[in-house]
Amino acid sequence: MRSARGRPNLTDAYLGLPYAWEMLRGIEERNRRMLRARDAMDRAFAQPLDIPALARVAHSSPAHFSRQFRAVFGETPHRYLQRRRVERAMELLRETERPVTEICFDVGFNSLGTFSRTFSEIVGESPSSYRVRFADGGGALRVPACWAMAWMRPAG
Amino acid sequence: MLKRITHTFIHVLDQDEALDFYVGKLGMVVHTDADIGVMRWLTVTLPDEPDLQLALMLPGPPAFDDTTAGQIRELVSKGAGGGGVIFETDDCIGTYERLCAVGVEFTQEPTERFYGTDCALRDPFGNPIRFTQPPEGPIVVPSPEELRAQA
Repeated sequence: MRSARGRPNLTDAYLGLPYAWEMLRGIEERNRRMLRARDAMDRAFAQPLDIPALARVAHSSPAHFSRQFRAVFGETPHRYLQRRRVERAMELLRETERPVTEICFDVGFNSLGTFSRTFSEIVGESPSSYRVRFADGGGALRVPACWAMAWMRPAG
Repeated sequence: MLKRITHTFIHVLDQDEALDFYVGKLGMVVHTDADIGVMRWLTVTLPDEPDLQLALMLPGPPAFDDTTAGQIRELVSKGAGGGGVIFETDDCIGTYERLCAVGVEFTQEPTERFYGTDCALRDPFGNPIRFTQPPEGPIVVPSPEELRAQA
């Protein structure tokens, strides 16, 4: 039952499907490329990322990239990046006293109007209202950023 | 009473490639590499911590049927495999720079936090890894006022 080098010990029944192994490797390879693009958004959200740049990270064409990303992660890369930036803004609103106008640019938005509109749409209230309500409700959350980024990116 | 943790497990998609990474790049050492017929039992440890083995598990039959193994592989490759390792280091920035130079894929540069300096990376398959360098002295959770002052 020793497997061929590099190939897991999948049984003959599975490998008997003529292209099952190649198909699986194709899916894994695509997932890994999409994960690389998602990691790039988590790492470089403050930079002016756009779909062509992310598609390059994912070794995909801009036309296919959004569709592939959505197939893997359930939302478009544009939406993922918006929620990442809003999540980072929420932390800065909670844990710093930086003005909203500066936080907007800190997290990668290039217009206050787009930031406020996107934030309100995702969070359900404006950045300043969120800040006031959070301060009233007990102050900063003292958790590691990796935890916050994994679990506090707003859903919905 | 339970005494200590001796083994922990992570799914990998290729055990030879896993050795290249965990041993060749991260500097772990092979503890056991045994062909036991139905599977290859492969564990690694840190040189200074031989009593905690990380088992590099290849999903497949008979432990998992083919379909399940395929699903696990898909999840690992999208970063959703569920496994992961956090290593303590005495030199986060130096380790980061050394591994960057050999092509390791970092997802977060070394960053100072109240719990230390840490950075994040992925193994070749998508599993998340962190290196944390604890602060000198005890970890003190800052008050909201101190956090605001730092930021």
